[in-house]
Amino acid sequence: MLLGDEAIAQAAIDSGMSGIYAYPGTPSTEITEYVIQSHEAKSGQIRAGWSTNEKTAMEAALGMSYAGKRTMVCMKHVGLNVAADAFINSAITGANGGLIVVSADDPSMHSSQNEQDSRVYGKFALIPILEPTNQQDAYDMVHYGFDMSEKLGVPVLMRITTRLAHSRAGVLRKPTRPQNELRLPVNPRQFILLPANARKQYKELLKKQAVFEKYASDSGFNVFTDGNDKSMGIITTGIAYNYLLENYQDRQIPFPVLKIAQYPVPPAMVAQIYNACGKLLILEEGYPVLEEAVKGLLNTGKTIHGRLDGTIPRDGELNPNIVAVALGKKDTRGKDIPSIVAARPPSLCKGCPHIYSYNALNEALKKWSKGRVFSDIGCYTLGALEPFDAINSCVDMGASVTMAKGAADAGLFPAVAVIGDSTFTHSGITGLIDCVKDKSQITIMILDNETTAMTGGQDSSAYGRIEDICSGVGVSREHIFVLDPSPKHHQENIAILKQELEYKGVSVIIPRRECIQTALRHIKEHKKTEAVTNGN
Amino acid sequence: MKRDIILAGVGGQGILSIATTIGTAALNAGLHLKQAEVHGMSQRGGDVSSNLRIADHEIASDLIPYGQADLIISVEPMESLRYLPLLSPAGWLITNTKPFINIPNYPKMDELMAEIGHVGNHIALDADEIAKNLGSARSANMVILGAASPFLEIDYKELQDAIRRIFERKGEEIVKVNLDALQAGRDFAQANMS
Repeated sequence: MLLGDEAIAQAAIDSGMSGIYAYPGTPSTEITEYVIQSHEAKSGQIRAGWSTNEKTAMEAALGMSYAGKRTMVCMKHVGLNVAADAFINSAITGANGGLIVVSADDPSMHSSQNEQDSRVYGKFALIPILEPTNQQDAYDMVHYGFDMSEKLGVPVLMRITTRLAHSRAGVLRKPTRPQNELRLPVNPRQFILLPANARKQYKELLKKQAVFEKYASDSGFNVFTDGNDKSMGIITTGIAYNYLLENYQDRQIPFPVLKIAQYPVPPAMVAQIYNACGKLLILEEGYPVLEEAVKGLLNTGKTIHGRLDGTIPRDGELNPNIVAVALGKKDTRGKDIPSIVAARPPSLCKGCPHIYSYNALNEALKKWSKGRVFSDIGCYTLGALEPFDAINSCVDMGASVTMAKGAADAGLFPAVAVIGDSTFTHSGITGLIDCVKDKSQITIMILDNETTAMTGGQDSSAYGRIEDICSGVGVSREHIFVLDPSPKHHQENIAILKQELEYKGVSVIIPRRECIQTALRHIKEHKKTEAVTNGN
Repeated sequence: MKRDIILAGVGGQGILSIATTIGTAALNAGLHLKQAEVHGMSQRGGDVSSNLRIADHEIASDLIPYGQADLIISVEPMESLRYLPLLSPAGWLITNTKPFINIPNYPKMDELMAEIGHVGNHIALDADEIAKNLGSARSANMVILGAASPFLEIDYKELQDAIRRIFERKGEEIVKVNLDALQAGRDFAQANMS
């Protein structure tokens, strides 16, 4: 029984991967967690660990591919935005050792700020995309993906979504195979994207598109199943297929069905079902990517139902009922939720250091108007909720520092940025350099809980070095303060914050106390080791 | 045969321990299984649920369709009601009555119990109290599982075996405590099933 994420990880280990790179992000985190915990990683046969951000992860993976070894890089969908520069250009350089990029989308935004569809990135980069239907597919596709990547010399994108990533099912493993030997690219100029080379490489990539389509026709992942009722044909992509099947418990679907799990989608396969049927229903988890392509700009052909004509809601994840309704079946929805059931949003843990940081900040800001605090991505985003109501923005990793700077440039004083330690190293440092260079009048709080808490407590890249980094990029030592965010230091913390809010330059406040969750875990582990060493 | 189960609770209450026990028992009984979990931010004191699907045939969707869940098993009373749109008209609601109050607008207990009463098939028990009386406050989740056991269509013996296997390495004492908790929940349900 493996999570979809774990199936991908196990497959990568089994198929001779040499290294995995990632920045944690729900719902992708468990892939890399699983590899880190594996015997192969612990014994040093596989390089496994967290990178500072998705871009550094993507580039390191590209380097490993350059050296001829199989490698995987994992991120959540918005992480691909961060890695995009390296990702798009890796399509131009091509791969040497097998390279799979896994991007985990989060339709319905269970723990994300948008529901962008990574397949758009795959098409943008002009590379093959694999979109598993279930956990077994996910396992098998990693083996296939590494092979295809090496044979065709191209990175492969694997797109999964929350329900596959975080759902368990039985998975059958394949025989394991050895890792590649070190082997540099045959063409020594392949990875040099000077314009003259890049033009050549790009033409190569364009030429390969027909081959990618041929692979997608022949691999067996895209399947056409005929049906007697030709009034409608159904095309599904990824896990949408499961929701279709769920609506036919006898598994006898009367309509012709084309199940897509590999891209670029072969036009001949679409033409076959389009020509044979009166109209089409397209079921996709995410954006109407295929629907738009089949429909075209002018939509002058047969009727196509999907997200664009409202048959399926334009946003949010699919479920069996949405598909049932689209098929003209009865919605089996049960009783309504009683009105007394109140919303229960997530909240900061009891004893969390962020609570005391926000309490102090709110107190120190009392004499000014509201709307001055730019925050970021992490547990501390919960500062937006009651009883804190302490922050005014949360956009993307690192945006707290730079948005506060922009607002300060516009004349907002004081302007405050609130960012976590891991988010700071991910994408906050570059913004801080901008602030130092411009002598921006901002106060930056780096909430240092010594871990990447929201995704389960992964190591933070700058553990114990935050103030050195700030000072190193030019923040004056006199305006770097380390605070203890706990009740007994409350008054003292307010005083320091008040003083620094008045300062007309860059000041950095670092409330530092370990995340309560990892601290409890460490105490438990410590007790266990003590018990062992005491011979109990 | 199929059993579609919604597990409900609040982040940190450990609903996955129930899922693991049912899952282990189901696999041992040779059944198919799919289990969709909630990870990430919602785990922090927010509402959490898990879709657990068991069948003697292959299962397609990771999500249970609305109105088709056979069971809602909840370790918290208000959370048990959040998933009513998923419950089949013939389904059962099994819930703890011990509230977990971490929001200011938590409903009044009598109103909450009245709503639970409106669900035709329900078993409501104070699992925390029962577990405490057994001398093991931490096994409340196993009491709840015991209360759900008559409706699972899995041999009770398989559930007991699953508990033995899962808690084996924690010692005989812990195994016994959990088995007792399971039995206490089951006894309550069987006495209140009509």
